[in-house]
Amino acid sequence: MSYLTIKDLTVRLKNGVPLLRKVSLEVKSGEVRALVGESGAGKSMIGKAVLGILPRAAKLTGGEILLDGEDLLTLPPKARRAKIGAKVALIPQDPLTALNPSRRVGPQITDRLVDILGWKRKQAEDRAAELLDEVHIQSPERVMRSYPHELSGGMRQRILIASAFAAEPKLIIADEPTTALDVTVQKQILKLIREMQERHDTALLFVTHDLGVVSKISQSLTVLYAGMVIEETDVRTFFAEPGHAYSRALLAATPKYTDPDGSLMPVPDSIISQVEQQVAAFDAQLKR
Amino acid sequence: MHDARGQIRRLPGLRLWLSGGWLLLLVLAAVFAPMISPHDPLEQDLFAARLPPFWQQGADPAYLLGTDSLGRDLLSRMLYGARLALTVALVAGTLTCLVGATLGLIAGYFRGWADLVISRLVDIWMAFPPVLFAILLIAVLGTGLTSIIVAIVVIDWTRFSRVVRAEAMSQGAMDYVASAQVAGRSRLGIALAEILPNVLPTIVALLTLEMGIAVIVEAILSFVNLSISTDQPTWGGMIAEGRTSIYQAWWVLVFPLVALFLTVLSFSQLGEGLKDYFDPVLR
Repeated sequence: MSYLTIKDLTVRLKNGVPLLRKVSLEVKSGEVRALVGESGAGKSMIGKAVLGILPRAAKLTGGEILLDGEDLLTLPPKARRAKIGAKVALIPQDPLTALNPSRRVGPQITDRLVDILGWKRKQAEDRAAELLDEVHIQSPERVMRSYPHELSGGMRQRILIASAFAAEPKLIIADEPTTALDVTVQKQILKLIREMQERHDTALLFVTHDLGVVSKISQSLTVLYAGMVIEETDVRTFFAEPGHAYSRALLAATPKYTDPDGSLMPVPDSIISQVEQQVAAFDAQLKR
Repeated sequence: MHDARGQIRRLPGLRLWLSGGWLLLLVLAAVFAPMISPHDPLEQDLFAARLPPFWQQGADPAYLLGTDSLGRDLLSRMLYGARLALTVALVAGTLTCLVGATLGLIAGYFRGWADLVISRLVDIWMAFPPVLFAILLIAVLGTGLTSIIVAIVVIDWTRFSRVVRAEAMSQGAMDYVASAQVAGRSRLGIALAEILPNVLPTIVALLTLEMGIAVIVEAILSFVNLSISTDQPTWGGMIAEGRTSIYQAWWVLVFPLVALFLTVLSFSQLGEGLKDYFDPVLR
């Protein structure tokens, strides 16, 4: 059953330039869907639109975002915020700016439990310690008393993961959660997210530009180009026989250890112009 | 080698102690001025006019720092002058901070039309020459303690709002603000609980700086005879009087000037020290 359904989502800049062109996708309960594309393709923008934190310059101009069957965009702002807060959480991209530097780590995790679930502070602290233990942090009590700058990037990302799962959301949007980390830590964090996702049976929308990561974590994926869905398929099919020429080119651009000469190919101009034409045709159709 | 680091870390401590010590001394002097003043600051004794400070030839030990051209005791006048200087520093500094920082936070975090209005207002404000603006305000409001404080708040709030706005804007773009938003925190809640603590070190540094500036503005207004009634001793007034007899009695000018200098310096150093203290990364 689909937990998050996005239909014809259109986001434009204030001056009318489209950022998302009628994007539709769905994430089933407990499923991991990857959202891939080049930088600027609008991957993060989809996550931000769902979470209601679009940047000031962008405006949602059409479409539906159904969360658990209820259209978020028709809800009054307060109810929408409450619903998103209770059901959806975010694992942000940069662990270095995602924790408030002037507050201790503990309260930043317990805030959610207190705010969203209305727990008592003490109860929330016990739960936070449990969660930190779940993300393999040793001596959680000490870490909860620390300030973010006292912890490493990997530690901070673990804390953010713990904090995202804290209020048992049904959907987590992970916005390139491993991009800011170095490769060895990346792998651990990826494994951890997968582990947590399975244990808590949470749906996950995983935004990334790394196809290597996609194969490890997700069951299905959506390929985006210039804010337009290019291909939507399950991971096995995608890696075996990608349906769109652009997807094939993306795959060929991924470095492969086993085939150093046949990988890392730049996306050919012919294919870029092919997708650009597709985008232009789509825009022309929209205008009519 | 680790000694070098120890010394670097000790320095802000020393700065904090020295500046804090001077300011504490000043507060005590101001509070207990009626008790510790050796003379009535207004009492004139023309036979004891222009007595030099105690270490010079012809000094009278009853007048520790000497007397001015009307024979008034300098030390007593300075102690009473500290009262006005400190009152203005604390009250005007705090009020300016409250007004300026609040507007800056609103402009920097809430943006939109509020930012537009506040920022344009700041631009217009900064185009006025501050001292002339102050003198003009006093001329309209009339002299008196309240007028001085109002004048300082009205001139200087822009100093806070500009800096706080910029700081709030950069903090507002951080991911932790987005996370708080997703968790359903209200805008006001985020501004107060997430943004404000991160802007606080800057606000504290600015606040103490502003207190120093308030002391200067008060001295300037006193210097041009526009602060409180002329029979009350003020540092600025003393400097103005001392200027006329600089060749006969330098001490009348120099002592209040030194007090003014040390006070302003202490305020700014205190701010630097406190800023480090409030910053979790440097602490």
